[in-house]
Amino acid sequence: MPDIQALVSDLPSKLRKRRVQGSYETARLTAELLRAVILQHKEPTASGAASLIEAVRRVGEQLIAANPVELAVGNIVRHVLHIIREEDLSPLTDIVGELKLSAEDDVEDIAEDENSQKSSATTDGCLLKPPLLLAVFEHLPDSAPACQTFSSENIFAGKADKSAKKLKSELIKAVNELIEDINTCREGIAEQAMELIHQNEVILTLGHSKFVKEFLCAAKEKKRSFEVFIADGAPKFEGHILAKELDKKGLKAIVITDSAVFAMISRVNMVIVGVHAVMANGGVIAPAGLHVLALAAKKHDVPFVVVASTHELCSLYPHNLEVLLNEMRCPSELLNFEEFSDCIDYGIASSSSLLHVVNPAFDYVPPELIRLFVTDIGGYSPSYIYRLIADYYSSEDLPPQQKPAS
Amino acid sequence: MGAQKKRAAAAAAAARVSEDPDDLARQPLQAILLADSFTTKFRPITLERPKVLLPLVNVPMINYTLAWLEAAGVAEVFVFCCAHSKQVIDYLENSEWFSQPNFTVKTIESHNIISAGDALRLIYEQNVIHGDFVLISGDTVSNMSLTQALQEHKERKKKDNNAVMTMIIKKSKPSPITRQSRLGTDELFMAIDPNTKQLLYYEDKADHSKGTICLDKMLLAENPSISLHNDKQDCYIDICSPEVLSLFTDNFDYQHLRRHFVKGLLLDDIMGYKIFTHEIHSSYAARIDNYRSYDIVSKDIIQRWTYPYVPDVKFCGNRATKLERRGMYRALEIEQSRSAQVGSFTVIGYGTKIGSNSKISDSVIGEGCTIGSNVLIEGSYIWDNVIIEDGCELRHVIVCDGVIMKAGAVLKPGVVLSFKVVIGERFVVPAYSKVSLLQQPTVHDSDEELEYADNSSGTVEFSCTADQSNGEMTSESSEAHKPKLGTGGVGYIWSICEGGQEEEWRHSVAPIPEDKLTELSEAMDDDQELVTQDRTALSTSGELISDSNASEGDDNEDSKDDSVYFEKEVEATFLRAVEENVKVDHVILEVNSLRLSYNMTSADCAGAVFYSMMKLAIKTPHSSAIGLLTLYPSPFSMVASNAYPIYLSGELQQNTANIITTWQKLLKSYLLEIDEEIEIILKFEEMCLESAKEFSPLFARILHILYDKDILQEDAILRWADEKEGADESDKVFVRQSEKFIQWLREASEEED
Repeated sequence: MPDIQALVSDLPSKLRKRRVQGSYETARLTAELLRAVILQHKEPTASGAASLIEAVRRVGEQLIAANPVELAVGNIVRHVLHIIREEDLSPLTDIVGELKLSAEDDVEDIAEDENSQKSSATTDGCLLKPPLLLAVFEHLPDSAPACQTFSSENIFAGKADKSAKKLKSELIKAVNELIEDINTCREGIAEQAMELIHQNEVILTLGHSKFVKEFLCAAKEKKRSFEVFIADGAPKFEGHILAKELDKKGLKAIVITDSAVFAMISRVNMVIVGVHAVMANGGVIAPAGLHVLALAAKKHDVPFVVVASTHELCSLYPHNLEVLLNEMRCPSELLNFEEFSDCIDYGIASSSSLLHVVNPAFDYVPPELIRLFVTDIGGYSPSYIYRLIADYYSSEDLPPQQKPAS
Repeated sequence: MGAQKKRAAAAAAAARVSEDPDDLARQPLQAILLADSFTTKFRPITLERPKVLLPLVNVPMINYTLAWLEAAGVAEVFVFCCAHSKQVIDYLENSEWFSQPNFTVKTIESHNIISAGDALRLIYEQNVIHGDFVLISGDTVSNMSLTQALQEHKERKKKDNNAVMTMIIKKSKPSPITRQSRLGTDELFMAIDPNTKQLLYYEDKADHSKGTICLDKMLLAENPSISLHNDKQDCYIDICSPEVLSLFTDNFDYQHLRRHFVKGLLLDDIMGYKIFTHEIHSSYAARIDNYRSYDIVSKDIIQRWTYPYVPDVKFCGNRATKLERRGMYRALEIEQSRSAQVGSFTVIGYGTKIGSNSKISDSVIGEGCTIGSNVLIEGSYIWDNVIIEDGCELRHVIVCDGVIMKAGAVLKPGVVLSFKVVIGERFVVPAYSKVSLLQQPTVHDSDEELEYADNSSGTVEFSCTADQSNGEMTSESSEAHKPKLGTGGVGYIWSICEGGQEEEWRHSVAPIPEDKLTELSEAMDDDQELVTQDRTALSTSGELISDSNASEGDDNEDSKDDSVYFEKEVEATFLRAVEENVKVDHVILEVNSLRLSYNMTSADCAGAVFYSMMKLAIKTPHSSAIGLLTLYPSPFSMVASNAYPIYLSGELQQNTANIITTWQKLLKSYLLEIDEEIEIILKFEEMCLESAKEFSPLFARILHILYDKDILQEDAILRWADEKEGADESDKVFVRQSEKFIQWLREASEEED
């Protein structure tokens, strides 16, 4: 399959070179790539979902490793794996008994533990969704996929090849739905604008988020009249772009600097921002500067509302965030290299220059500063996020990043 | 394609024009990457490995260039390999560059190529370039976007078929200190048309002429406005039209891209080809030309100016590296002792071990290195699999793959250790030395010498001897006169010859020493002086009237400087008079006007005129070379006098006599009193001691000539001799020399009495 190979190597290289950025874009591309993977996947022995899961996981790992900072990639991979597992459950229940038998038959030390776990999961699985809160922390052995393939090859050899085709078409349908969801998530979010933005309110936002823009525009279209303060979002100053776009839509926008948020916050009724990712504990990773804004909002008791789509929901917990999940961007966004080239001079005796430029892309905002999440499936409080994550991802796939690096 | 374009340009039909952009857009962008710099600046390392494969922050240099080309939208790259072509091709074949979608890398190999010009001629013969292409060498690091430059290039090309090249330039600080310390390159002067951005003049290596440039008069005449820049930096990234290749073929003597091609194109106005510039502002572009720029660019990468081409982004299949706090980059599986101190802005490669109490700062450590305890590494570049035993000290050095440093060895700043060298216990390698397993090639050609000369057969031979010496532990095999590298050391210290010790500091990784810095800043002050000098020197052409400058200078300079300026003005006036055969009366008039404007005495005039005459005498053999706008090097500095060969004294005497005869009237007109005559003798003495030492053996004879010509009277000479009677011994050198003459004068006067 040369074309799929090309596709599979293309996206990681794009991600690696930072040519695809932003959660919406990466999520969409990842989902499309995984759809292609599923479509092209030819089960060697018609072994059903296991080999498919393995294939998707392999591609997923490549994608995640390509740019660990783009959390949306991992989210989509895990969500697709979850879909596959769910779809896989229905035909699997028929042969649960057989599976148990065969597991006892060819006893393999490694496989045993895995199989029993799997079968118990499946028996529960037909009734309710498997991952509970505790399951999130559960850590699966690394050998899991290999064993699954092995055992299921034996079992499904004859039986499952009819269901394989059906499974695949179901899967494609489900993934298509997912892509559709990603594409329409903005509208889903924007629909709730009317409930949140009231007449003559003053809204504050920072930088440029497409979700926020759609959200505001949706309220405007419904003839709500309100004012928007835009903190310009140094060093990229994307707030200026937002100001222009809002101006075209006929919205009253006032641009302020990032450092003026505290001065302005007392006039503001609500802060609405877009984020990079939502963590499992309800905190968010957001463009640099948002933490300050959140603290300012807290101080003045202004509601701090985060708009996020479900593909930004991330099953990770923010441990050692600054190091793990921050991207240090180019210093030339802050300073002009030529202007400062004499300060950044290493050739002169002291050897290490005294001027350094640090340009982190993200802030972490803890959950206690956030009042509400507005997602495409409704509004939630930060404490409820873990539950959403359980709905969207299977515990088996959590979190592939924390596996010991090989 | 070319013909098609011409037709499109010629035809003003709107339909055709609208077709053209589509046509251009469909054409995939090509690039030529020269994987050989055709210089020897990275010796001895480049004897064993081509420059483009040298690791730059643990990634071979060529990857930065290829990654940038790919990101810039280039579809096809021709990598031209010459020196060590096998290594380059092997590397590329095993890298992921050959398997990229929408990005093809093809190699062109040749061994008998000695310059970039030859390489381009060969590529032209292969007929693989079909449209516009990017010309770049494999040691360039950039993250700029080509889109705009490319767009501009194409639009210009559409309007004017002679616009064959767009050169990418970048602003830099004009100070020579910054230039020197940033990239170790010389000053670069450019003249650019501010409206069209056309490049009109290009001059690097400007320090040869001591900060002066010559502009052709035509340049000023033909262009309504030009802006002169010494604050630009050449990025060595060019967007070329296919004509460039054929130009190289037509002019088979073009070798160097800048020195021959660009300058040739600028001078040759028959074909009317034009070069344009595109200035980049916030993005980064730099070429690694020497060890200093290697150091600087590495540090820029660590500081992330080259983002996204930084160690923690896997842009070319490099190993996963994590950026930690304080700018520390660490790969996986590093063993580091708890007591080791790894400072900020350090890169540590995969699988490296660091012992206890070692200190590392501002350095790049490669993969699989073993560093013992109590080691000090500062500002150094350590490549892969290096073993550094306990207690070594490394400051600002480059250490190549497989080097072993025995316990207690010390590397002084600027040292370069080539592959697999072994440094013995407690051995101190002196500053700026280069150590290699290979012996220094004995034949030293010009700077343009090729690295390929030492490839294949040569290298094999070399490495054979090296292996032998390796086996025998050098103690017997290496010659006695070679400085050894301590007990158990293997390798040869290269003697410094090219450019000499004097030049070593310029291009080394070591920071510039304090004394050189002060020297540079003094040179900067000199430059400012020279600027004023330029003004006066310009007046030799007769285009600028010096008076306006003179009064301008009068306002803000103190009186001491005034006399210097005055001297220069007089000299310039005099030279012009010589050149253009101005009548003596007119010269007197002009010098008088200068004298009034500077408020000088006639003694000063006499001194200055005499000074100019003697100066001319020294230069006379060169006088034929004096062009219309040639600017003279600083006449009063020691450097200038050293720059001229010592002439046969007879010839010089003859010259002097001639000049004195021709211009005696001028000189005499200022010799009203005996004081002025003494002034002349003193001036002459001063010259002989300082600026024009060539005259010192001739002092007595010229004094005689002056006497013969009635310029000096005997009274003056005798009074001068009397005055000197009480002076120091050192002051009396010339009195001694002319003792006979004075004796004779005394006797003559007595006889008269």
